[in-house]
Amino acid sequence: MAKKSEYRDLFPGALELMILQTLNRRPMHGYALAQHIKDISDDLLQIEEGSLYPALQRMLKTGWLESEMGLSARKRPVRVFKVTEAGRKHLEEELSSFEKMFAGINRVLAVAQS
Amino acid sequence: MNWLTQLFTRRRRYEELSATIREHLEEKIADLMDRGMTHDEAERTARREFGNITRIEERSREVWQWPTVESVLADLRFALRQLGRAPGFAATAFVVLALGIGASVAIFGFVDAALLEPLPYTQPNRLMAVAEKTATFPWGHLSYYDYQDWKRMNKSFSSLDVYGGSGYLLRTASGTVPVDAGRVSAGFFQTLGVKPMLGRAFLPGEDRPGQPKVVVLNYGTWLKQFGGRQDVVGQTVSLDNTAYTIIGVLPRSFSFALAGNAEFWVPINALSPHEQTRNFFNFFGVGRLRDGVTQQTAQAELTAIEKQLQNQYSNQGRNLTAQVIPLTEVFVGNVRPILLTLLGGAGLLLVIACVNVASLVLVRSESRRREVAVRGALGATRGRLVRQFAEEGLLIAAAGGLCGVLVGAALMRLLSQLVPKDMAAKMPFLDGVNLNAHTAGFVCIVAFGATLLLAGTSMARLSFQKVRDGLATGDRGSASRLWQRLGANLVVVELAIAVVLLAGAGLLGKSFYRLLHVPLGFDPNQVATLRVIAPDSISKDGKAQISEFSREIVERVKSLPGVESAGMTSLIPAQCDCMNDRIHFPSRPYHGERNDVDERHISAGYLPALRAALVRGRFFTEDDDGTKPGVAVINEALARKFFPGEDPLGQKIANDEGGRDTEWEIVGVVGDVHEGALDAPVAPTEYFPLSQTGDGSFTLVVRTRQHATALLPELVAMLHQIDPNLGVSDEGTLLAKVEGTQAALLHRFAAWLIGGFAGVALLLSVVGLYGVVAYSVSQRTREIGVRMALGAQRNAVYGLVMRQAGWLAVTGLALGLAGAVGVATLIRKMLFGVAAWDAVTLASVAAVLGAAAMAASFVPARRAASVDPVQALRSE
Repeated sequence: MAKKSEYRDLFPGALELMILQTLNRRPMHGYALAQHIKDISDDLLQIEEGSLYPALQRMLKTGWLESEMGLSARKRPVRVFKVTEAGRKHLEEELSSFEKMFAGINRVLAVAQS
Repeated sequence: MNWLTQLFTRRRRYEELSATIREHLEEKIADLMDRGMTHDEAERTARREFGNITRIEERSREVWQWPTVESVLADLRFALRQLGRAPGFAATAFVVLALGIGASVAIFGFVDAALLEPLPYTQPNRLMAVAEKTATFPWGHLSYYDYQDWKRMNKSFSSLDVYGGSGYLLRTASGTVPVDAGRVSAGFFQTLGVKPMLGRAFLPGEDRPGQPKVVVLNYGTWLKQFGGRQDVVGQTVSLDNTAYTIIGVLPRSFSFALAGNAEFWVPINALSPHEQTRNFFNFFGVGRLRDGVTQQTAQAELTAIEKQLQNQYSNQGRNLTAQVIPLTEVFVGNVRPILLTLLGGAGLLLVIACVNVASLVLVRSESRRREVAVRGALGATRGRLVRQFAEEGLLIAAAGGLCGVLVGAALMRLLSQLVPKDMAAKMPFLDGVNLNAHTAGFVCIVAFGATLLLAGTSMARLSFQKVRDGLATGDRGSASRLWQRLGANLVVVELAIAVVLLAGAGLLGKSFYRLLHVPLGFDPNQVATLRVIAPDSISKDGKAQISEFSREIVERVKSLPGVESAGMTSLIPAQCDCMNDRIHFPSRPYHGERNDVDERHISAGYLPALRAALVRGRFFTEDDDGTKPGVAVINEALARKFFPGEDPLGQKIANDEGGRDTEWEIVGVVGDVHEGALDAPVAPTEYFPLSQTGDGSFTLVVRTRQHATALLPELVAMLHQIDPNLGVSDEGTLLAKVEGTQAALLHRFAAWLIGGFAGVALLLSVVGLYGVVAYSVSQRTREIGVRMALGAQRNAVYGLVMRQAGWLAVTGLALGLAGAVGVATLIRKMLFGVAAWDAVTLASVAAVLGAAAMAASFVPARRAASVDPVQALRSE
């Protein structure tokens, strides 16, 4: 629950973006998703596991995700989240605008440094 | 995405969400256990790393909710539960509001129908009623020739028409029935802007003499007499033994207040001999103003025309002017003051109801301080608390409003039925009194106001409060004393209003009593009356035949068992000052003064049958018939006005009877009989013998030894036996006719209604007073215990409590009396024979209130006096 103060808050939409990108590659259930993000980000991001759930519900509501029954790694029945067609489209748009923004910030910072 | 389906699947979503989170945790626990933790350690770690499960679940659920709506609904449910836990408060508040709202809705319904709804004509605000006016008769009708001249010469009106009341004998399958009718000029319906629903109205020129006889039907008559058949146009109907062709049927919404129950409408194409004089003012004028012309312009123009006409035709009084008044004013003018008074009374009742409920809320919020403080400590914002109180207020106001609507609807129906039939015919707006958009809007506004009031009082209590005070038990600080005083002060307001209403009711009641006890000058008890119209076959034949015929009727009537005496008159007393005459005196020079007097045509036995007092000379006898010179009997008022200090017997009056200057010798003076309306002073009156004036219709007046009502059917049967074509109508007793006049009815209505309001107001404010005193006692138990422990006697405690109540009552009384005098000045137009500051009424109101206040405070005082000091000191 405690967040280390040297880690900043995520900008709005970042969490959704990461979830969508992760689930786009492979549909997962909630715990697997949380583990995946933690492993890949190598602990650089401090995300509370539970905070995924409101984001997941929001995306379920807007229709970017859908849930269905599946099996976990331990062969238990779990609910698995999958990206929909609309979600995929949203993901592409968001990724491209995120990359543009990131590239722009980088350029400004590079110029400022030199 | 479709929010509607989302609503239904929400529960499933919540379950899925819980299940998903559960799975998450189980997986994590399993993983951690694989790494070597025990089950308990794993569970703790998993939960810790997950976060606050409840909070996360809530936040996830919120995604699917409309948070504002949800919390409002939750608050409403909570409010309902709270009210359920305090049923006494809820029931009292509900009943009080329902009564207050119901009464004011009912009265508002009447006010709306009479004053706010427009008349059923096109652009009714452009319609003016037109009359000739003198100082003595401020509202005189038009004479036909004057009307024609005005019509020709005026430029202010796009059309000007007249209406005259009339009656015919309708021949139906079951016999002859007298019916009311309207005689109008040809353009009457066009001027009003009324289009018949079948057929047509009159064409211009159809009102000239010699035109074919046509008639337009009333909607109700078309349904009743002609079965609502579509082919009724072109059929004939027999009125007064003449065939009239039906040319149209009026629409259902049509009404003309003066016409009352008129069933047939005919054009004026024949004038009676009276109407052929310029001096006989028989017609009611209606005109439509041209665009851009104002009422004042029209009045000025018509006055100028009138002066011109007077100079042309010198046999009119010199000071006739024109009067132009909006038509609506004429129709509802005399009802307006009473309706507004009633509205004021209902409004006051509503105020009392609201004040009562507000003080109830205040008292209750005292006992909820703890709850509010706890909620505040738990994190409720002020806005949230305010919203909750507002919703509680809304619930009570809505429930009270709904019930009030039902009460109001029932009251409206009840009151409409209390108005007698022929008065109701003259007030066609009564049909429109029911729940409609206006009354619904009124209820909404009132309920909204009540909600604001209730929420406001609860909230006002909030803002003065500190959380710590609320949580602390024991003695309260100064804030509480302030609120106690406020609660008490509100009761003073209630008491004051109750005093105002009581005083109003007392004054109106006294007015009514005075009205009914106006000295009549005759004995109205056990007298049967009915109206008789001689058939054309007899009235055509001339005065001698008519008087012979009417004499026969009186003789036959007198021969019936149980009849003491009988007579006939053209108009029974106490109705109105209609039937006027302008007289002059041959022995004096005449300069055109307007000597206007009431005129009545009576039979020889009439005044003795009424038991009127003979002051000088004699009454008429059978000898005074058409062969002898004209004789007259005058009343004392006429004698006083025109023959002061001299003997009127033997002197002559002259008037214009049917176009000819006629002289009448005064043979007797009768004690004033109240011919006009009860609330008007006795007008000078002249009486002529029927046998000399030759009226074809008259009212039969029969004094019976037993009950007058029992005789009526016999009378009617006997009259029909004499001649089946005789029109017999309006049977009733003289007493009922006197008490049923509009003046008497309005006063009775007003007195009863305001009396009802006053009763309810008194009850409510006494209950309020009781509540305040009882509450104060319960708060002061400790103090009383201390006093008694220190040696105060029971009497002292009684005195303590009742003194407090006494102060409240006295203050309320003082305010109320001042207010009562003020209000009475406002309604003084409706008071008759009673001054606005009538000392007896005010004193009795004070006594009533004093007694009620004493009674209300007695019970709490007794409870206070029986406090056990030990118990009181122990309680916290």
